[in-house]
Amino acid sequence: MFYRETGQFKQSYAADQAVFPILQDRLGLALILLVAFVVVPLFGNEFLLASVMVPFLILSLGAIGLNILVGYTGLLSLGSAAFMGVGAYAAYKLSTIFPGVNILVWILCSGFFAAGIGVLFGLPSLRIKGFYLAVATLAAQFFLQWCFVRISWLYNDNPSGAIEVPARTLFGLAITGPSATPVTRYLVVLVIVVVMTQLASNIVHGRIGRTWMAVRDMDIAAQLMGIRLLPAKLLAFAVSSFYCGVSGALMVFLWLGAAEPSAFDIKLSFLLLFMVIIGGLGSMIGSFFGAALIHILPIVIRGLPEALGLPIAAATVEHLTYLIVGALIIFFLIVEPHGLARLWQIAKQKLRVWPFPY
Amino acid sequence: MLYNIFIDPFVQMVQMPDLLVQTLWEGLVSGVLYALIALGFVLIFKASGVFNFAQGIMVVFSALTLVGFYEKFSAAGFSGHTAAFVALILTAGVMFVLAMLVERVVLRPLVNQPDIILFMATFGITYVLIGLGEMVFGGDPKQMIASELFLPSGSVDVEMLGGLVSFQKIDIAAAVIASAMIVGLALFFQKTRIGRALRAVADSHKAALSVGISLNQIWVIVWFAAGLVALVTGIMWGARSDVSFALEIVALKALPVLVLGGLTSVPGAIVGGLIIGIGEKLGEFYWGPLLGGGIESWFAYAIALLFLLYRPQGLFGDKIIERI
Repeated sequence: MFYRETGQFKQSYAADQAVFPILQDRLGLALILLVAFVVVPLFGNEFLLASVMVPFLILSLGAIGLNILVGYTGLLSLGSAAFMGVGAYAAYKLSTIFPGVNILVWILCSGFFAAGIGVLFGLPSLRIKGFYLAVATLAAQFFLQWCFVRISWLYNDNPSGAIEVPARTLFGLAITGPSATPVTRYLVVLVIVVVMTQLASNIVHGRIGRTWMAVRDMDIAAQLMGIRLLPAKLLAFAVSSFYCGVSGALMVFLWLGAAEPSAFDIKLSFLLLFMVIIGGLGSMIGSFFGAALIHILPIVIRGLPEALGLPIAAATVEHLTYLIVGALIIFFLIVEPHGLARLWQIAKQKLRVWPFPY
Repeated sequence: MLYNIFIDPFVQMVQMPDLLVQTLWEGLVSGVLYALIALGFVLIFKASGVFNFAQGIMVVFSALTLVGFYEKFSAAGFSGHTAAFVALILTAGVMFVLAMLVERVVLRPLVNQPDIILFMATFGITYVLIGLGEMVFGGDPKQMIASELFLPSGSVDVEMLGGLVSFQKIDIAAAVIASAMIVGLALFFQKTRIGRALRAVADSHKAALSVGISLNQIWVIVWFAAGLVALVTGIMWGARSDVSFALEIVALKALPVLVLGGLTSVPGAIVGGLIIGIGEKLGEFYWGPLLGGGIESWFAYAIALLFLLYRPQGLFGDKIIERI
């Protein structure tokens, strides 16, 4: 009744091809951004900001990166956590070698290092496909993680073997290090994530994105149509790793504050893959849904017994969390194998014709 | 530098052949165990096209169930061997129930979905099994009931090539049992009615359905077979070290084995396992120190990657034919 495009006439091709052609969609997006930028920082408590929203946004960014590779280009990768690690270590090295330059510059630059490494490990993708490629990317995962442990230059010979984030400021406000407040960190992450999501959305809606999707749907057919596979696949690896790298740098600098190599282990890779698949392959909003589900659900499950006053031991809660998350993954896959993004689409479609059934 | 990489390791090999034999033997044994896990993967992949990530956790889960049952029975007053074998049978029963559940709850609703969705679903199974296993059996490492199952312990020292080479008896037993199991599976696949049905399903789901083979039944059988392989693997690994969730990481080692041999090939899983196991041990022993050690974590993947670049479908995999 209220969500309907009736009467919205497009007078130019640009308006017709917009990502959000319906006015209500644009209003909804504006509302979400308003809530994210104003309401959450004003009314959110420290726990919500530091332990829920910041990780959620950072993981969403990583999921977008992986979605570009898996969802849009159809290249299965299990090495995304390692590329996040490359971003984190690159940002750390750069910020300690050149302390004068603003930290945000280095966080964004670290993405280029991750992209370089990503291209290198993406080279076999021209020959190897499917699950075989997934295992090849595992080589990247384990090799890079080994590098983070063994090459002491990467963590400045720190005896603990961990990277610790130096305190840095922007316009006089501390944004990294222990003195940064959750609100500032949240806002910094939010700005970066919003800008990069917009950028990714533009890429996948443009010529490059169409190239990727053609490669995903059938690479030989794409090749016959004049798409050069090597540049297309390597570009996908580069962009994907760039996003993962920035997300890794953000993870260490604005969320964890310090990280050991084990922060970037294979579990994180799998978590990102979960997010992408549960959220919806080849969908920007799906990456956010997936990250929200996978990150926030365990927090909720862990908090529930306490909130309800049930006397359950912490260890049992941990095991139950595993059990429930696993069951939910299967449940969601059965209900909607195309992910939460598809559910969202169906809901919108239903809303469009509401109150009529069709 | 070049000398250290290309010549020195070989000089060492020739100078100390006893060490070489020892390393080869260790590689062979871990290769056999990798091959066992990979075998479980291949069985399921061939019959249902599912890349079963849960194989690793099935190994842990079956081993934990076995030990858990044994503890219950020995507490109830049964003697060691009886309790162990009753527990073994009951564990096999649990694996059968698990196979039925997986087929009914996960596979049947997801039939005809893309591979990656099924792959993810097996992740869900992994999580459920981790949660369930830790809740029921606790997270502490457990002792495998090796001697109660008549598995030997101790080692045999053989003097050869100017040195002592020691063979763990349990390793020899593992190699023998694994070989027996592989032969048994091969016979089962080639000679029995069900085995033929399994091969038909592996070739083409639709064709198999059209000649009256029940896919659901075949899937239960295959998951049960993979569960039994997991149980044997669990016993063997558990006897070498403790039974704990750390074993799960071993499953990741089976992945390079798998792609090296080809996802659809049983002999491939075995040859791949041996190549990876031996290559890994040799690499760690002779080239590892040059790189600062610990290269075991990624060396297997590097070997697999190199082989894949040469043969993208693995050594024994079906040739990938692509049509427009």
